[in-house]
Amino acid sequence: MSTIRQRLIIIGLLIVGSIAALVPRNVTQRVVDPATGRMKDTTVRRMPINLGLDLQGGIHLALEVDQSKGPVPDCADAIQRAERVVRTRIDEFGTTEPVVQIIGRCRLIVELAGEKDPARAKGVIQRTAFLEFRITDMKNLFQSALPQIDAALRRAGVKARGAAPSAVAQLFGGDTSKAGRDSAAAANTPGVLSALLNQGQVPGEFLVPEEEWTLVDSLISRPDVRQLIPRGIDLRWGAQVESRGARPYRPLYAVESRPIITGEELQKATARRDQVTNQSVVEFTLSRRGGRRFSEETARHIQDYMAIILDGRVQGQPPVIRSQIGTRGQIELGGKPLQEASDLALVLRAGALPAPLTIVEERTIGPSLGADSIKDGIHAGVVGVVLVILIMVVYYRLSGALAVGALTLYCLFTLAGLSAFGFTLTLPGMAGFVLSIGIAVDANVLIFERIREELQHGKLVRTAVDEGFKHAMNAIVDSNVSTALTAFILYLVGTGPVQGFAITLIIGIAASMISAIFVVKTLFLIWLQRRPAMTTLSV
Amino acid sequence: MIRLFANANYDFIKWRRWAYSLTAGIMLVGVGFLATRGINYSIEFTGGTLLQVATKTAVPTAQIRQALDAVGLHGAEIQTFGADTSYVIRARLAHAAGETEATSTQAVAAAVGRALDQSIGAGQYTVVRTEAVGPKVGRELQGKALLAIALSFLVTLVYLAARFEWRFGLAAVLATAHDVVATIAFISVMHLEVSLIVVGAVLTVVGYSLNDTIIIFDRVRENLHKYRRQNLYEILNLSINETLPRSVLTHGTTIATTLALLVLAGEVIRPFAWVMTFGIFTGTFSSIYIAAPILLLIEKRWPGEDARGARALGARAPVPPAPGPVPTPRPPAAPAPVR
Repeated sequence: MSTIRQRLIIIGLLIVGSIAALVPRNVTQRVVDPATGRMKDTTVRRMPINLGLDLQGGIHLALEVDQSKGPVPDCADAIQRAERVVRTRIDEFGTTEPVVQIIGRCRLIVELAGEKDPARAKGVIQRTAFLEFRITDMKNLFQSALPQIDAALRRAGVKARGAAPSAVAQLFGGDTSKAGRDSAAAANTPGVLSALLNQGQVPGEFLVPEEEWTLVDSLISRPDVRQLIPRGIDLRWGAQVESRGARPYRPLYAVESRPIITGEELQKATARRDQVTNQSVVEFTLSRRGGRRFSEETARHIQDYMAIILDGRVQGQPPVIRSQIGTRGQIELGGKPLQEASDLALVLRAGALPAPLTIVEERTIGPSLGADSIKDGIHAGVVGVVLVILIMVVYYRLSGALAVGALTLYCLFTLAGLSAFGFTLTLPGMAGFVLSIGIAVDANVLIFERIREELQHGKLVRTAVDEGFKHAMNAIVDSNVSTALTAFILYLVGTGPVQGFAITLIIGIAASMISAIFVVKTLFLIWLQRRPAMTTLSV
Repeated sequence: MIRLFANANYDFIKWRRWAYSLTAGIMLVGVGFLATRGINYSIEFTGGTLLQVATKTAVPTAQIRQALDAVGLHGAEIQTFGADTSYVIRARLAHAAGETEATSTQAVAAAVGRALDQSIGAGQYTVVRTEAVGPKVGRELQGKALLAIALSFLVTLVYLAARFEWRFGLAAVLATAHDVVATIAFISVMHLEVSLIVVGAVLTVVGYSLNDTIIIFDRVRENLHKYRRQNLYEILNLSINETLPRSVLTHGTTIATTLALLVLAGEVIRPFAWVMTFGIFTGTFSSIYIAAPILLLIEKRWPGEDARGARALGARAPVPPAPGPVPTPRPPAAPAPVR
C-alpha cells in the first residue's frame, strides 16, 4: 500500500509541476504602439512555450564583416563592435525580444520574431554607427523650461499620473518642488512631465522609472513639447537601465545639440587597469585634426560633463572633463570593473571604425505560414495520437488503455519540459514530438509482450507482471540511451530548427521513460491490488 | 485477445541471401540515380535563394518562368508547393553567376520580386518565406551534417562496446551504416530535397534502427545464456521470432505517426516524413537481415566462447533461475547447420 501511495504522490507532484509550468501567465512583451510607432511594454497572457521563428514568423539573419573591399584584420573585434551597435538599436526593431548573439568568432546572428518588414530590419542593422561627444546641459536650460512644458501639456489636456511618481521624485530630492514653485499656477498639482523626471547625479541627467519611459518618450516627442525645449539642447536616452534601490530607472540626458567631436576623428580606444591607482581606464587616441579641435573644446569646458552618444543613445554616465585634452586622452571609471571599461572602449571603437556587415544567411517566414504550420502540425499530431491509441487499445485491451493514460501524461510532461527549461518549439520539433508519440509506446509494448510471454509460461498474474517489467528493462534502457545519444549529437552539431527537433526528442525520451515505466507500473500495482484474485490479465 | 505472430517460428536467417540481393538491388538503383541525377541539396547546403510565394489565383508556372527569364534569372526552379496558389522559386548560386558572391543571394530575391510584380502584379501575391544562404554558410552546413553522422556512429559504437560486446557493437553499427546508405539511395530515387531537417531525419533513422537492433540483440544476449546447448544460428532465429510481436506493434504505432505527418503536416515536413517512413522499414529489415547475419559471420571468423556471449554476460552476475514453473525450452528453430 505504502509503495503505491508513494508512487501516486510522486506522479501527482509531477502532474502538478507540469501543469504549473504550462499555465498561461502574464508575459511582458514589447510591441509597437500603433499610435506613435514606438515600442511599448504590454503584458500578454499566454502559454509560456517559446515558439521558433518558423512557427511564429520572423526574420533570422546571419551577418559577417564585409571583406569584399579588402580584408578586415581583426574580424572578431569588428563583429563585437557590430554587436554592440545592433544592441543599441534594439528598440528600433518592431519585435518582441530580439535575439542578438555572436556565433563562433566572426558571425552575428540577429533573430527578430514577428518582424514583418525585412527591408527595414536589414536597414537598421546595416546602418553605419554614429558616435559623438556632447557636453551635457550645464546651465540647466531644459530644467528651467520644464514648467512651461508642463503648462503646455496641461493645456493640451494631458493628465498627470497619480501622486505616486511625484512622491518618488521628492524622495530623490527631485526638481518637482522647485519646478512647482517657479510656476504659481502649478504649485499644487504636480507637473505632467516633471513629475516623471528625477534629478540625476550629473547636470542634465534625469532618471525616469523604467515603467514610465515609453510615456515620457511619447511626451517629449510631441511637437508642442519639442518647440518648448530650449534651442541648442537635445534630449537623449541612456542606453542602459540603471537601478536605484530596487527600482530600475532609465536615464534621460539633456545635451547640447552641437557635438564637440564625432567618431570619425577617433582612431583607437583600449581598456586597461591602471597598475598604480587600480582604476579601470579607457584610453583613446584622436586624429591630429580631431586632437586640435578637442583641445580647444576641452579647454572651454573644464569641469563640464561630456556625454558619449552612440546612435543617439548615451553610453554610460557622462564623465567630467578634468583638463585640456589633446590627441590622447583617458576616461577614468574609478573602481568599476574592467568589463565596464572594455565595453566603453568597444563603444568608442564601434563609432570610430565602421564595420560594414554583409548578410550571409537570411530566412524570413511570414506569420501566416507559421500559423499554417502550427495548424498542420496539430492536425498530424491529433491523427497520430488517435491511431496510436486505437492500435494500443485494440491489441492490448485494458492494459493498452493504461498505456494510453500514460501517453497523455507523456504529452503533458514533454510540453512542460519544453516550457520549464525554456527551450524553443520549432516546426521540426513538432514533427519530432508527433514521431516520439509513436516511439513512446515502445517501452509499454516491450513490457506487455514480456508479460504475455511470462503468462504463457504459466506464471501467476502477479509474478508475470513483475517479471515482465524486470526483464524488459534492459532492452528499454539500452535502446532509449542510444536514441538519446544520436539526438544529443544532432543538438550539438545542428542549428536552429534542427536543434529544436533534437531537444524535443531528448525531452520526449526522458518523459516516455517516466510515463511508460513508472506510471504504467503504478497503474498495474493498483489494478492488481484491487483484484488480487485475478487469474487472467487483460493484456 | 489479439495475438500477432505469437510463437512464430520462421527461419529468418535462412533467407538472408535473398535479403542481401534485395538490399543490393535497392542500393544499385540508388547509386544509379545518384550517379545520373545527383543529390537534390537544398539551398541551405548549396547556397542560393528560395522564395515561397502565395498568389490569390492560380498562375501557370510557365508564366512565372517567363517573367524570371525576362529579369535575367535563367534556370531557377519553380514548383507548386502543396496548393496550386503556392509556389516555391529556387535559384541556386551556380545559376546566379555574374555577380559577387556576397550580394548575389540578396540580388536574386530582389529580382524575383521585380519579376513577380510584372507578371502577376504587385499586391496579387505575398512572399511568405524567404531563404537566402551564402556559399560559405552552405559549405559549413555540409561539413556539420557529415560531422553529425560520423560522430553518431562513433558514439554508438562506444556505447554498444561498453554495454554489449565488441562483436555486437560492430554488427549493430554495420547494420546502421546499411540503413544510412539505403536511406540515401531512397532519397536519391525519390528526388527528395536534402535539407537540414532531412539530415535530422537520417540521424533519427540511425537512432531508431539501432534501437531496433538492440532490442533483438538484448534477446540474443539473454537466450545465449539461457540455451547454452544451441548454436548461434538457432539463437538468432529464436530471438528474432520472440521479438516479432513487439516489432510489429512498435513499428505499427511509429508508422501510424509518420504517415500522419506525411499526409497532414504540410510540405515543409513531408521530406522528413518520407525519410522516417522509409527508415522504419529499412531499420526493421537491417536488424533482422544485416545485424544478425553479420553476428553469425563474425563468429565464424573469430570463433570462441566470446562470440557465444560468455563475455557479454561476464560483466553481469548470472541471472538466477526464475522461480515458479521451469520454462519449457522451445524446440530448436531449424536444424540447419551454420554454413
